[in-house]
Amino acid sequence: MRPFAYVEGVTVADAAAAVHAAPTAMFLAGGTTVVDLMKSGVLAPAALVDVHRLPLDDIELDDRRARIGACVRNAQLAEHPDIRARWPVVGEALLSGMSPQLRNMSTVAGNVLQRTRCPYYRDPHSACNKREPGTGCAARTGWDRDAAVLGQSPHCIAVFPSDLATALAILDTIIYTRRGDGGARRLPFDGFHRLPGRSPERETVLDHGELVTHFELPDLALSRRSHYLKVRDRASYEFALASAAVALDVERGLVRDARIALGGVATRPWRCLAAEQALRGRPAEPATFRAAADLALAGAVAGAHNGFKIELARHVVARALTELAARPG
Amino acid sequence: MVRLTVNGEHHELELDPRTTLLDALRDHLGLTGAKKGCDHGQCGACTVHVDGRRVLSCLALAVAQRGREIVTIEGLALGAHLHPMQLAFIECDALQCGFCTPGQIMSAVALLAEVDHRRELTDVAIRERMSGNLCRCGAYPNIVAAIRRVRT
Repeated sequence: MRPFAYVEGVTVADAAAAVHAAPTAMFLAGGTTVVDLMKSGVLAPAALVDVHRLPLDDIELDDRRARIGACVRNAQLAEHPDIRARWPVVGEALLSGMSPQLRNMSTVAGNVLQRTRCPYYRDPHSACNKREPGTGCAARTGWDRDAAVLGQSPHCIAVFPSDLATALAILDTIIYTRRGDGGARRLPFDGFHRLPGRSPERETVLDHGELVTHFELPDLALSRRSHYLKVRDRASYEFALASAAVALDVERGLVRDARIALGGVATRPWRCLAAEQALRGRPAEPATFRAAADLALAGAVAGAHNGFKIELARHVVARALTELAARPG
Repeated sequence: MVRLTVNGEHHELELDPRTTLLDALRDHLGLTGAKKGCDHGQCGACTVHVDGRRVLSCLALAVAQRGREIVTIEGLALGAHLHPMQLAFIECDALQCGFCTPGQIMSAVALLAEVDHRRELTDVAIRERMSGNLCRCGAYPNIVAAIRRVRT
Protein backbone atom coordinates (compact mmCIF):
# COMPACT_ATOMS: atom_id res chain seq x y z
CA MET A 1 0.00 0.00 0.00
CA ARG A 2 1.32 3.46 -0.85
CA PRO A 3 1.73 5.90 2.07
CA PHE A 4 -1.11 8.35 2.60
CA ALA A 5 -2.19 11.02 5.06
CA TYR A 6 -5.19 10.21 7.25
CA VAL A 7 -7.51 13.12 8.00
CA GLU A 8 -10.57 12.81 10.20
CA GLY A 9 -13.46 14.83 8.79
CA VAL A 10 -15.02 17.12 11.40
CA THR A 11 -17.85 18.70 9.42
CA VAL A 12 -19.39 17.87 6.05
CA ALA A 13 -18.13 21.15 4.59
CA ASP A 14 -14.56 20.66 5.88
CA ALA A 15 -14.40 17.09 4.63
CA ALA A 16 -15.57 18.07 1.14
CA ALA A 17 -13.18 21.02 1.06
CA ALA A 18 -10.25 18.83 2.17
CA VAL A 19 -10.74 16.35 -0.68
CA HIS A 20 -11.49 19.17 -3.14
CA ALA A 21 -8.15 20.80 -2.29
CA ALA A 22 -6.03 17.69 -2.98
CA PRO A 23 -6.24 16.23 -6.49
CA THR A 24 -5.68 12.61 -5.41
CA ALA A 25 -7.43 12.66 -2.02
CA MET A 26 -10.40 10.37 -1.47
CA PHE A 27 -13.22 10.02 1.03
CA LEU A 28 -13.06 7.04 3.40
CA ALA A 29 -16.28 5.67 4.92
CA GLY A 30 -16.59 1.95 5.70
CA GLY A 31 -13.36 1.29 3.81
CA THR A 32 -14.41 -2.07 2.41
CA THR A 33 -13.78 -0.98 -1.18
CA VAL A 34 -11.09 1.66 -0.71
CA VAL A 35 -8.80 -0.24 1.70
CA ASP A 36 -9.14 -3.40 -0.37
CA LEU A 37 -8.20 -1.62 -3.61
CA MET A 38 -5.35 0.29 -1.94
CA LYS A 39 -3.84 -3.03 -0.83
CA SER A 40 -4.05 -4.26 -4.42
CA GLY A 41 -2.38 -1.14 -5.76
CA VAL A 42 -5.47 -0.15 -7.76
CA LEU A 43 -6.05 3.01 -5.73
CA ALA A 44 -3.22 5.14 -4.34
CA PRO A 45 -4.71 8.30 -2.81
CA ALA A 46 -2.28 10.78 -1.22
CA ALA A 47 -4.82 11.38 1.53
CA LEU A 48 -7.92 9.73 2.95
CA VAL A 49 -10.52 11.99 4.51
CA ASP A 50 -12.53 9.89 6.94
CA VAL A 51 -16.24 10.77 6.85
CA HIS A 52 -17.61 7.89 8.89
CA ARG A 53 -18.02 9.93 12.08
CA LEU A 54 -19.88 12.79 10.39
CA PRO A 55 -23.54 13.17 11.42
CA LEU A 56 -24.76 11.38 8.30
CA ASP A 57 -25.85 8.15 9.97
CA ASP A 58 -29.58 8.69 10.57
CA ILE A 59 -32.65 7.27 8.85
CA GLU A 60 -35.47 9.82 9.08
CA LEU A 61 -38.98 8.86 8.06
CA ASP A 62 -42.30 10.59 7.59
CA ASP A 63 -45.43 9.79 5.57
CA ARG A 64 -43.99 11.07 2.33
CA ARG A 65 -40.41 9.87 2.29
CA ALA A 66 -37.34 8.33 3.86
CA ARG A 67 -34.19 10.38 4.25
CA ILE A 68 -31.17 8.12 4.60
CA GLY A 69 -27.77 9.46 5.65
CA ALA A 70 -24.87 8.57 3.38
CA CYS A 71 -22.97 6.89 6.23
CA VAL A 72 -25.83 4.69 7.42
CA ARG A 73 -24.48 1.14 7.55
CA ASN A 74 -25.92 -1.26 5.04
CA ALA A 75 -26.90 -3.62 7.88
CA GLN A 76 -28.75 -0.80 9.63
CA LEU A 77 -30.75 0.03 6.48
CA ALA A 78 -31.49 -3.62 5.70
CA GLU A 79 -32.89 -4.26 9.18
CA HIS A 80 -34.96 -1.10 9.56
CA PRO A 81 -38.58 -2.23 10.07
CA ASP A 82 -40.16 0.74 8.25
CA ILE A 83 -37.79 0.46 5.30
CA ARG A 84 -38.60 -3.25 5.06
CA ALA A 85 -42.34 -2.55 5.12
CA ARG A 86 -42.47 0.43 2.76
CA TRP A 87 -39.56 -0.30 0.40
CA PRO A 88 -39.05 -4.11 0.67
CA VAL A 89 -36.86 -4.18 -2.44
CA VAL A 90 -34.18 -2.24 -0.53
CA GLY A 91 -33.79 -4.76 2.28
CA GLU A 92 -34.04 -7.73 -0.06
CA ALA A 93 -31.30 -6.31 -2.28
CA LEU A 94 -29.02 -5.59 0.68
CA LEU A 95 -29.47 -9.00 2.29
CA SER A 96 -28.71 -10.70 -1.01
CA GLY A 97 -25.25 -9.12 -1.10
CA MET A 98 -22.10 -9.03 0.99
CA SER A 99 -21.52 -10.92 4.25
CA PRO A 100 -22.91 -9.76 7.61
CA GLN A 101 -19.46 -8.41 8.53
CA LEU A 102 -19.28 -6.34 5.34
CA ARG A 103 -22.84 -5.06 5.80
CA ASN A 104 -21.84 -3.93 9.32
CA MET A 105 -18.88 -1.94 7.98
CA SER A 106 -19.92 -0.58 4.60
CA THR A 107 -22.13 2.46 4.16
CA VAL A 108 -25.08 3.19 1.89
CA ALA A 109 -23.15 5.77 -0.15
CA GLY A 110 -20.13 3.47 -0.35
CA ASN A 111 -22.39 0.74 -1.67
CA VAL A 112 -23.74 2.95 -4.46
CA LEU A 113 -20.20 4.16 -5.29
CA GLN A 114 -18.47 0.77 -5.10
CA ARG A 115 -16.11 -0.22 -7.90
CA THR A 116 -16.56 -2.93 -10.47
CA ARG A 117 -15.48 -6.48 -9.75
CA CYS A 118 -14.04 -6.84 -13.26
CA PRO A 119 -10.83 -8.87 -12.63
CA TYR A 120 -8.82 -6.71 -15.04
CA TYR A 121 -9.73 -3.54 -13.15
CA ARG A 122 -8.51 -5.21 -9.95
CA ASP A 123 -5.20 -6.35 -11.44
CA PRO A 124 -2.77 -3.41 -11.83
CA HIS A 125 -0.80 -5.35 -14.45
CA SER A 126 -3.71 -5.64 -16.90
CA ALA A 127 -4.89 -3.13 -19.47
CA CYS A 128 -7.91 -1.28 -18.09
CA ASN A 129 -9.30 2.05 -19.27
CA LYS A 130 -11.28 2.43 -16.06
CA ARG A 131 -8.21 2.11 -13.84
CA GLU A 132 -5.70 3.71 -16.21
CA PRO A 133 -7.29 5.64 -19.11
CA GLY A 134 -5.83 4.89 -22.52
CA THR A 135 -4.36 1.48 -21.71
CA GLY A 136 -7.13 -0.52 -23.38
CA CYS A 137 -9.62 -3.13 -22.16
CA ALA A 138 -8.23 -6.60 -21.46
CA ALA A 139 -11.72 -7.94 -20.77
CA ARG A 140 -12.90 -7.47 -24.37
CA THR A 141 -10.48 -10.10 -25.63
CA GLY A 142 -10.13 -11.96 -22.34
CA TRP A 143 -12.33 -13.64 -19.75
CA ASP A 144 -15.61 -11.78 -20.20
CA ARG A 145 -17.99 -14.29 -18.62
CA ASP A 146 -19.02 -11.80 -15.95
CA ALA A 147 -18.92 -8.72 -18.19
CA ALA A 148 -21.83 -6.52 -19.19
CA VAL A 149 -24.28 -7.24 -22.01
CA LEU A 150 -25.94 -3.81 -21.77
CA GLY A 151 -24.38 -0.34 -21.87
CA GLN A 152 -20.88 -1.38 -22.97
CA SER A 153 -18.57 0.79 -25.03
CA PRO A 154 -15.47 -0.17 -27.04
CA HIS A 155 -13.50 1.15 -24.07
CA CYS A 156 -15.11 -0.75 -21.19
CA ILE A 157 -17.45 -3.70 -20.61
CA ALA A 158 -17.22 -3.84 -16.80
CA VAL A 159 -20.39 -4.67 -14.85
CA PHE A 160 -21.63 -2.28 -12.20
CA PRO A 161 -21.99 -4.56 -9.15
CA SER A 162 -24.27 -2.92 -6.54
CA ASP A 163 -27.51 -4.69 -5.60
CA LEU A 164 -28.68 -1.70 -3.57
CA ALA A 165 -28.21 0.67 -6.50
CA THR A 166 -30.34 -1.60 -8.68
CA ALA A 167 -33.13 -1.30 -6.10
CA LEU A 168 -32.72 2.48 -5.75
CA ALA A 169 -33.00 2.80 -9.54
CA ILE A 170 -36.72 1.91 -9.44
CA LEU A 171 -37.64 4.12 -6.48
CA ASP A 172 -37.29 7.69 -7.86
CA THR A 173 -34.37 8.12 -5.47
CA ILE A 174 -32.82 11.56 -5.04
CA ILE A 175 -29.15 11.97 -4.06
CA TYR A 176 -28.05 15.03 -2.08
CA THR A 177 -24.44 16.18 -2.15
CA ARG A 178 -22.13 18.80 -0.71
CA ARG A 179 -19.46 20.12 -3.05
CA GLY A 180 -15.91 20.98 -2.15
CA ASP A 181 -16.51 24.64 -3.07
CA GLY A 182 -19.38 24.86 -0.58
CA GLY A 183 -22.26 24.35 -3.01
CA ALA A 184 -24.84 21.60 -2.78
CA ARG A 185 -26.67 19.53 -5.39
CA ARG A 186 -29.83 17.48 -5.63
CA LEU A 187 -29.28 14.73 -8.21
CA PRO A 188 -31.88 12.30 -9.57
CA PHE A 189 -30.67 8.69 -9.29
CA ASP A 190 -31.39 8.18 -13.00
CA GLY A 191 -28.31 9.60 -14.63
CA PHE A 192 -26.16 9.60 -11.47
CA HIS A 193 -24.07 6.71 -12.82
CA ARG A 194 -22.51 7.38 -16.22
CA LEU A 195 -22.24 5.03 -19.17
CA PRO A 196 -18.58 4.17 -19.80
CA GLY A 197 -18.47 5.75 -23.26
CA ARG A 198 -15.02 7.16 -23.97
CA SER A 199 -14.20 7.84 -20.30
CA PRO A 200 -14.98 4.76 -18.19
CA GLU A 201 -12.81 6.15 -15.38
CA ARG A 202 -15.61 8.64 -14.63
CA GLU A 203 -18.30 6.47 -13.09
CA THR A 204 -20.71 9.07 -11.74
CA VAL A 205 -21.57 12.72 -12.27
CA LEU A 206 -19.92 13.63 -8.95
CA ASP A 207 -17.09 16.15 -9.12
CA HIS A 208 -13.85 15.70 -7.22
CA GLY A 209 -14.47 16.60 -3.58
CA GLU A 210 -18.25 16.28 -3.91
CA LEU A 211 -19.59 14.28 -0.96
CA VAL A 212 -22.86 12.37 -1.03
CA THR A 213 -24.73 13.34 2.14
CA HIS A 214 -28.22 11.80 1.88
CA PHE A 215 -30.53 9.64 -0.17
CA GLU A 216 -34.22 10.42 -0.34
CA LEU A 217 -36.81 7.77 -1.14
CA PRO A 218 -40.26 9.20 -1.89
CA ASP A 219 -43.25 7.13 -0.82
CA LEU A 220 -44.57 5.63 -4.06
CA ALA A 221 -47.84 3.79 -4.64
CA LEU A 222 -45.92 0.74 -5.83
CA SER A 223 -42.88 0.74 -3.55
CA ARG A 224 -44.66 -1.39 -0.92
CA ARG A 225 -45.05 -4.10 -3.51
CA SER A 226 -41.46 -4.37 -4.65
CA HIS A 227 -39.03 -7.25 -4.85
CA TYR A 228 -35.40 -8.13 -5.61
CA LEU A 229 -34.36 -11.39 -7.22
CA LYS A 230 -30.70 -12.27 -7.66
CA VAL A 231 -29.10 -15.25 -9.42
CA ARG A 232 -25.45 -16.05 -8.73
CA ASP A 233 -22.84 -18.79 -8.87
CA ARG A 234 -23.07 -19.56 -5.14
CA ALA A 235 -26.02 -19.67 -2.75
CA SER A 236 -24.68 -16.75 -0.74
CA TYR A 237 -22.00 -14.05 -0.49
CA GLU A 238 -21.56 -13.60 -4.24
CA PHE A 239 -22.18 -10.96 -6.88
CA ALA A 240 -25.07 -11.28 -9.30
CA LEU A 241 -24.84 -12.98 -12.66
CA ALA A 242 -28.21 -11.35 -13.23
CA SER A 243 -30.65 -9.65 -10.88
CA ALA A 244 -33.85 -7.66 -11.11
CA ALA A 245 -35.48 -5.04 -8.91
CA VAL A 246 -39.19 -4.89 -9.67
CA ALA A 247 -42.30 -3.14 -8.37
CA LEU A 248 -45.93 -3.57 -9.35
CA ASP A 249 -49.15 -1.69 -8.82
CA VAL A 250 -51.95 -4.08 -9.78
CA GLU A 251 -55.66 -3.30 -9.76
CA ARG A 252 -58.30 -5.94 -10.52
CA GLY A 253 -55.76 -8.13 -12.25
CA LEU A 254 -54.38 -5.38 -14.49
CA VAL A 255 -50.99 -3.73 -14.13
CA ARG A 256 -51.51 -0.05 -13.37
CA ASP A 257 -47.83 0.79 -12.99
CA ALA A 258 -44.57 -1.15 -12.96
CA ARG A 259 -40.86 -0.66 -12.39
CA ILE A 260 -37.99 -2.82 -13.57
CA ALA A 261 -34.21 -2.44 -13.21
CA LEU A 262 -31.48 -4.95 -13.99
CA GLY A 263 -28.34 -5.69 -12.01
CA GLY A 264 -25.28 -7.79 -12.81
CA VAL A 265 -25.64 -7.40 -16.57
CA ALA A 266 -25.05 -3.70 -17.31
CA THR A 267 -22.36 -1.06 -16.94
CA ARG A 268 -24.56 0.98 -14.61
CA PRO A 269 -27.88 0.49 -12.75
CA TRP A 270 -30.18 -0.35 -15.65
CA ARG A 271 -33.75 0.91 -15.63
CA CYS A 272 -36.01 -0.69 -18.28
CA LEU A 273 -38.52 2.00 -19.27
CA ALA A 274 -39.79 0.27 -22.43
CA ALA A 275 -40.50 -2.94 -20.54
CA GLU A 276 -42.31 -0.99 -17.81
CA GLN A 277 -44.46 0.78 -20.42
CA ALA A 278 -45.33 -2.55 -22.04
CA LEU A 279 -46.70 -3.82 -18.72
CA ARG A 280 -49.13 -0.96 -18.10
CA GLY A 281 -52.75 -1.91 -18.70
CA ARG A 282 -51.90 -5.56 -19.31
CA PRO A 283 -53.05 -8.55 -17.25
CA ALA A 284 -50.66 -9.36 -14.38
CA GLU A 285 -49.77 -12.85 -15.57
CA PRO A 286 -46.66 -14.77 -16.65
CA ALA A 287 -47.18 -14.26 -20.41
CA THR A 288 -47.21 -10.47 -19.90
CA PHE A 289 -44.13 -10.68 -17.71
CA ARG A 290 -42.22 -12.78 -20.25
CA ALA A 291 -42.97 -10.26 -22.98
CA ALA A 292 -41.70 -7.45 -20.74
CA ALA A 293 -38.57 -9.44 -19.95
CA ASP A 294 -37.85 -9.80 -23.68
CA LEU A 295 -38.12 -6.03 -24.04
CA ALA A 296 -35.86 -5.44 -21.05
CA LEU A 297 -33.05 -7.36 -22.75
CA ALA A 298 -33.87 -6.24 -26.31
CA GLY A 299 -30.65 -4.28 -26.84
CA ALA A 300 -28.31 -6.75 -25.16
CA VAL A 301 -25.08 -7.70 -26.94
CA ALA A 302 -22.99 -10.67 -25.81
CA GLY A 303 -19.22 -11.08 -25.81
CA ALA A 304 -17.36 -14.37 -26.15
CA HIS A 305 -18.34 -16.02 -22.85
CA ASN A 306 -21.30 -14.12 -21.40
CA GLY A 307 -24.11 -14.80 -23.86
CA PHE A 308 -25.88 -16.95 -21.27
CA LYS A 309 -26.51 -13.86 -19.15
CA ILE A 310 -29.01 -12.48 -21.65
CA GLU A 311 -31.27 -15.51 -21.43
CA LEU A 312 -30.66 -15.76 -17.69
CA ALA A 313 -31.64 -12.12 -17.13
CA ARG A 314 -34.87 -12.61 -19.12
CA HIS A 315 -35.85 -15.44 -16.81
CA VAL A 316 -34.88 -13.42 -13.75
CA VAL A 317 -37.13 -10.51 -14.79
CA ALA A 318 -40.08 -12.76 -15.63
CA ARG A 319 -39.69 -14.75 -12.41
CA ALA A 320 -39.26 -11.65 -10.24
CA LEU A 321 -42.50 -10.18 -11.62
CA THR A 322 -44.35 -13.49 -11.29
CA GLU A 323 -43.23 -13.95 -7.68
CA LEU A 324 -44.18 -10.38 -6.85
CA ALA A 325 -47.63 -10.62 -8.47
CA ALA A 326 -48.31 -13.74 -6.39
CA ARG A 327 -47.67 -11.88 -3.13
CA PRO A 328 -50.69 -10.70 -1.21
CA GLY A 329 -50.75 -7.06 -1.85
CA MET B 1 -0.86 8.39 18.38
CA VAL B 2 -3.90 6.13 18.17
CA ARG B 3 -5.91 5.20 21.25
CA LEU B 4 -7.51 1.79 21.03
CA THR B 5 -9.58 -0.10 23.59
CA VAL B 6 -9.09 -3.82 23.11
CA ASN B 7 -10.72 -6.40 25.37
CA GLY B 8 -11.29 -3.67 27.93
CA GLU B 9 -7.67 -2.49 28.02
CA HIS B 10 -6.60 0.93 26.79
CA HIS B 11 -3.62 1.18 24.48
CA GLU B 12 -1.80 4.07 22.86
CA LEU B 13 0.02 3.11 19.69
CA GLU B 14 2.23 4.94 17.25
CA LEU B 15 0.95 3.60 13.94
CA ASP B 16 1.50 4.24 10.26
CA PRO B 17 -1.92 5.17 8.78
CA ARG B 18 -1.62 2.10 6.52
CA THR B 19 -1.84 -0.24 9.52
CA THR B 20 -5.02 -2.23 9.51
CA LEU B 21 -6.78 -3.07 12.73
CA LEU B 22 -5.75 -6.69 12.13
CA ASP B 23 -2.06 -5.80 11.90
CA ALA B 24 -2.33 -3.53 14.95
CA LEU B 25 -3.83 -6.38 16.97
CA ARG B 26 -1.40 -9.03 15.79
CA ASP B 27 1.88 -7.17 15.33
CA HIS B 28 1.60 -4.35 17.85
CA LEU B 29 -0.49 -5.86 20.65
CA GLY B 30 0.53 -9.51 20.29
CA LEU B 31 -3.09 -10.65 19.94
CA THR B 32 -2.66 -13.27 17.27
CA GLY B 33 -6.06 -14.89 17.68
CA ALA B 34 -7.59 -12.97 14.78
CA LYS B 35 -6.08 -14.55 11.68
CA LYS B 36 -4.87 -13.12 8.39
CA GLY B 37 -6.40 -15.38 5.77
CA CYS B 38 -7.09 -13.57 2.50
CA ASP B 39 -6.38 -10.03 3.80
CA HIS B 40 -9.09 -8.78 1.36
CA GLY B 41 -12.34 -9.17 3.26
CA GLN B 42 -13.36 -12.41 1.64
CA CYS B 43 -12.66 -15.17 4.18
CA GLY B 44 -13.76 -13.86 7.60
CA ALA B 45 -10.74 -15.28 9.52
CA CYS B 46 -9.99 -11.77 10.88
CA THR B 47 -13.49 -11.18 12.32
CA VAL B 48 -13.56 -9.15 15.53
CA HIS B 49 -16.23 -7.07 17.30
CA VAL B 50 -16.15 -3.28 17.11
CA ASP B 51 -18.72 -1.59 19.36
CA GLY B 52 -20.53 -4.92 19.50
CA ARG B 53 -20.73 -5.46 15.75
CA ARG B 54 -18.78 -8.13 13.89
CA VAL B 55 -16.43 -6.59 11.33
CA LEU B 56 -13.44 -7.60 9.21
CA SER B 57 -10.32 -6.23 10.88
CA CYS B 58 -8.27 -6.65 7.69
CA LEU B 59 -10.32 -3.95 5.93
CA ALA B 60 -10.50 -1.57 8.90
CA LEU B 61 -7.78 1.02 9.31
CA ALA B 62 -6.53 1.14 12.90
CA VAL B 63 -6.40 4.96 12.90
CA ALA B 64 -10.14 5.05 12.18
CA GLN B 65 -10.97 3.08 15.36
CA ARG B 66 -10.34 5.88 17.86
CA GLY B 67 -12.54 5.36 20.92
CA ARG B 68 -14.12 2.15 19.64
CA GLU B 69 -14.54 -0.88 21.90
CA ILE B 70 -12.77 -3.78 20.22
CA VAL B 71 -13.20 -7.38 21.33
CA THR B 72 -11.09 -10.21 19.94
CA ILE B 73 -11.21 -13.96 20.52
CA GLU B 74 -8.78 -13.42 23.43
CA GLY B 75 -11.40 -11.28 25.17
CA LEU B 76 -14.26 -13.74 24.97
CA ALA B 77 -13.48 -16.01 27.92
CA LEU B 78 -14.21 -14.87 31.48
CA GLY B 79 -10.98 -15.68 33.28
CA ALA B 80 -10.56 -19.45 33.17
CA HIS B 81 -14.13 -19.96 31.92
CA LEU B 82 -14.46 -20.30 28.18
CA HIS B 83 -17.34 -18.57 26.43
CA PRO B 84 -20.27 -20.94 25.74
CA MET B 85 -19.56 -20.69 22.03
CA GLN B 86 -15.94 -21.75 22.55
CA LEU B 87 -17.13 -24.72 24.61
CA ALA B 88 -19.70 -25.64 21.97
CA PHE B 89 -17.06 -25.59 19.21
CA ILE B 90 -14.96 -28.01 21.28
CA GLU B 91 -17.89 -30.25 22.17
CA CYS B 92 -19.21 -30.36 18.60
CA ASP B 93 -15.76 -30.81 17.05
CA ALA B 94 -16.48 -27.75 14.89
CA LEU B 95 -12.99 -27.47 13.44
CA GLN B 96 -10.17 -29.38 11.87
CA CYS B 97 -7.07 -27.24 11.28
CA GLY B 98 -8.45 -24.42 13.42
CA PHE B 99 -7.21 -21.48 11.36
CA CYS B 100 -10.66 -20.06 10.65
CA THR B 101 -11.99 -20.91 14.14
CA PRO B 102 -11.41 -17.58 15.94
CA GLY B 103 -13.25 -15.78 13.14
CA GLN B 104 -15.99 -18.40 13.12
CA ILE B 105 -16.52 -18.05 16.86
CA MET B 106 -16.51 -14.24 16.85
CA SER B 107 -18.97 -14.29 13.98
CA ALA B 108 -21.18 -16.89 15.68
CA VAL B 109 -21.32 -14.94 18.97
CA ALA B 110 -22.37 -11.81 17.05
CA LEU B 111 -24.91 -13.79 15.04
CA LEU B 112 -26.79 -14.86 18.16
CA ALA B 113 -26.81 -11.26 19.40
CA GLU B 114 -28.26 -10.09 16.05
CA VAL B 115 -31.23 -12.44 15.86
CA ASP B 116 -34.53 -12.20 17.67
CA HIS B 117 -34.54 -14.89 20.37
CA ARG B 118 -38.30 -15.41 20.06
CA ARG B 119 -38.10 -16.39 16.39
CA GLU B 120 -37.05 -19.67 14.91
CA LEU B 121 -33.48 -19.86 13.62
CA THR B 122 -33.22 -22.52 10.94
CA ASP B 123 -29.99 -24.20 9.88
CA VAL B 124 -30.44 -22.49 6.49
CA ALA B 125 -30.57 -19.12 8.25
CA ILE B 126 -27.48 -19.96 10.33
CA ARG B 127 -25.60 -20.91 7.16
CA GLU B 128 -26.66 -17.68 5.42
CA ARG B 129 -25.64 -15.58 8.42
CA MET B 130 -22.27 -17.39 8.63
CA SER B 131 -21.60 -17.09 4.88
CA GLY B 132 -18.82 -14.56 5.45
CA ASN B 133 -16.68 -17.13 7.27
CA LEU B 134 -15.04 -19.69 5.04
CA CYS B 135 -13.70 -23.03 6.32
CA ARG B 136 -11.47 -24.80 3.83
CA CYS B 137 -11.58 -27.97 5.93
CA GLY B 138 -15.33 -28.03 5.45
CA ALA B 139 -16.29 -28.22 9.11
CA TYR B 140 -19.55 -26.42 8.34
CA PRO B 141 -22.00 -29.10 9.60
CA ASN B 142 -20.40 -29.10 13.04
CA ILE B 143 -20.09 -25.31 13.10
CA VAL B 144 -23.85 -25.10 12.52
CA ALA B 145 -24.36 -27.72 15.24
CA ALA B 146 -22.24 -25.72 17.70
CA ILE B 147 -24.21 -22.53 17.06
CA ARG B 148 -27.46 -24.44 17.43
CA ARG B 149 -26.26 -25.88 20.74
CA VAL B 150 -25.59 -22.42 22.20
CA ARG B 151 -28.83 -21.08 20.82
CA THR B 152 -30.99 -23.76 22.51
